[in-house]
Amino acid sequence: MGMNMTEKILAKHAGLESVVPGQLINCKLDMVLANDITAPPSIKEFEKIGKPVFDNTKIALVPDHFTPNKDIKTADLAKAVRTFAKQHKIVNYFEVGRMGIEHVILPEKGLVAPGMLTIGADSHTCTYGALGGFSTGVGTTDLGVALATGEAWFKVPETIQVNLTGRRPEGINGKDVILTLIGKIGVDGARYQALEFTGEGLSSLSMADRFTIANMAIEAGGKNGIFPVDEKTREYIKDRVTKPYEIVVSDADAQYVRTVEINLSRLKPVVAFPHLPGNTKQVADIGEIKIDQVVIGSCTNGRLEDLKNAADILKGHQVHKDVRCIVIPGSQQVYLDAMKLGYIEIFIHAGAAVSTPTCGPCMGGHMGILAAGERCVSTTNRNFRGRMGHVDSEVYLAGPHVAAASAILGRIATPEEVQ
Amino acid sequence: MEIEGKVWRYGDNIDTDVIIPARYLNSFDPQELASHCMVDIDETFAQTVQAGDIMVGGKNFGCGSSREHAPVAIKASGIPVIIAANFARIFYRNGINIGLPLLEIGDAVDKIKAGDKLRVNIATGTIENLSTGDVFHSQPLPGFIQDIAKAGGLINYIKEKK
Ligand code: SF4
Repeated sequence: MGMNMTEKILAKHAGLESVVPGQLINCKLDMVLANDITAPPSIKEFEKIGKPVFDNTKIALVPDHFTPNKDIKTADLAKAVRTFAKQHKIVNYFEVGRMGIEHVILPEKGLVAPGMLTIGADSHTCTYGALGGFSTGVGTTDLGVALATGEAWFKVPETIQVNLTGRRPEGINGKDVILTLIGKIGVDGARYQALEFTGEGLSSLSMADRFTIANMAIEAGGKNGIFPVDEKTREYIKDRVTKPYEIVVSDADAQYVRTVEINLSRLKPVVAFPHLPGNTKQVADIGEIKIDQVVIGSCTNGRLEDLKNAADILKGHQVHKDVRCIVIPGSQQVYLDAMKLGYIEIFIHAGAAVSTPTCGPCMGGHMGILAAGERCVSTTNRNFRGRMGHVDSEVYLAGPHVAAASAILGRIATPEEVQ
Repeated sequence: MEIEGKVWRYGDNIDTDVIIPARYLNSFDPQELASHCMVDIDETFAQTVQAGDIMVGGKNFGCGSSREHAPVAIKASGIPVIIAANFARIFYRNGINIGLPLLEIGDAVDKIKAGDKLRVNIATGTIENLSTGDVFHSQPLPGFIQDIAKAGGLINYIKEKK
């Protein structure tokens, strides 16, 4: 019986010829990731085991959530990560000023590649599936054990095939694809399962689109989201990945629990209403919803292309007088490139605030917390109650096109309404 | 191990941001986390929960972030077991890894109401609703996961294996 990409990668890392869904296996890991919230408790668990780190080149520590530190407690957390990184000579530690949001910077620095198995103590670790690897989020105990052993246990997931047809139109991006999918299958539609994206529509999706889509596999309950490797993937990793890697392809007779079809050419700009990423509605259908804040950034939509999409719309316009628009490049490299290409200037001329890379407001950390009753359109990935501040605030999830258009008009809007 | 306790009942898709909001993630002290547990949807929980009370949720319990702070906050509140229709994947894993048993009983969970008294046998997965007389059975944990549970969590399990 044939295997799909997820099964092949898991089997290989477990040292097995083949695996089937439901099987419990133990795998060797290629990359292990933690951030300033999850590394400190992971380190505590790690120290209970009393072994050295398994490989100082296969660990990435990225203080991105509460950095630059917002208060004394979070400074202590970051310090604990820094101290550990020094003590164990962790090669891939990214300090403020040289950092980026973890899921932006790991692919950017070539630390994740096709066929690799990565775990991270962060649920959006599933982002790297965009490059044709298996990656998934775990908790701090799993991570602590992985730091010492370089291994983790897995239950082989069943896989849902998401077959993409048609071509993605201009003004539609990965966010519209994934929000449409979650709207269709629900926030638990892929619970414990893998999402494998296939079909002729793939070729019209940029790498930024694919990162956005894989990033939000978890928002459908998925264990991972995975894309086949094609020309675009090769182009992306060409000057980044230096280690050997193996491209994995699903067998023609691979098994899937079900297939979901999405016709890209029919997609419209969408927004997910509070308080679930699956409350997807077409922007054209929602009437007038006034907003107080717009956030453009995060591990979902903080890449150069996302900033370009937003800048193209904001160019020559002003952010609405009742709106605070906050733009957060996903990494220092994204920031630099956006500066060279003139996007940052466009944002500042339009009246937006531009921040150093950080998770910031995405999870209600800092840099744009909402007051009671406030509404935010955000290119982030979660709109749970209280996610970005007060429990009575509201987050509407959208792609950078819709976010930029909404910033200008002061209400949730489609890009066409601006032009 | 048998547990008897009063039910704290929550709905579907209880996410980790409501179990422990991000603004409290600047600490990972279990007691401090417990003092803010569920605050955004239930201000009474942290104040009045009694050790041995049982938490019951609907579908996809624990969805959202990978923060282990969430099951840790619940465990440190004195909750010895969570019952739900089903759990989100990372939360389930984290529960097992920290030695907090999680039992899935599907739609039967609809028959458990807030304040009901339950008797739960973790080893067999049998749940008796002492308030209504209903009896439910959850799937027993797979062998290797039972070993982790028996060791009291993943760290002890790894240490024993060493
Ligand atoms: S940007 Fe948001 S979702 Fe992404 S890692 Fe940071 S907090 Fe998590």
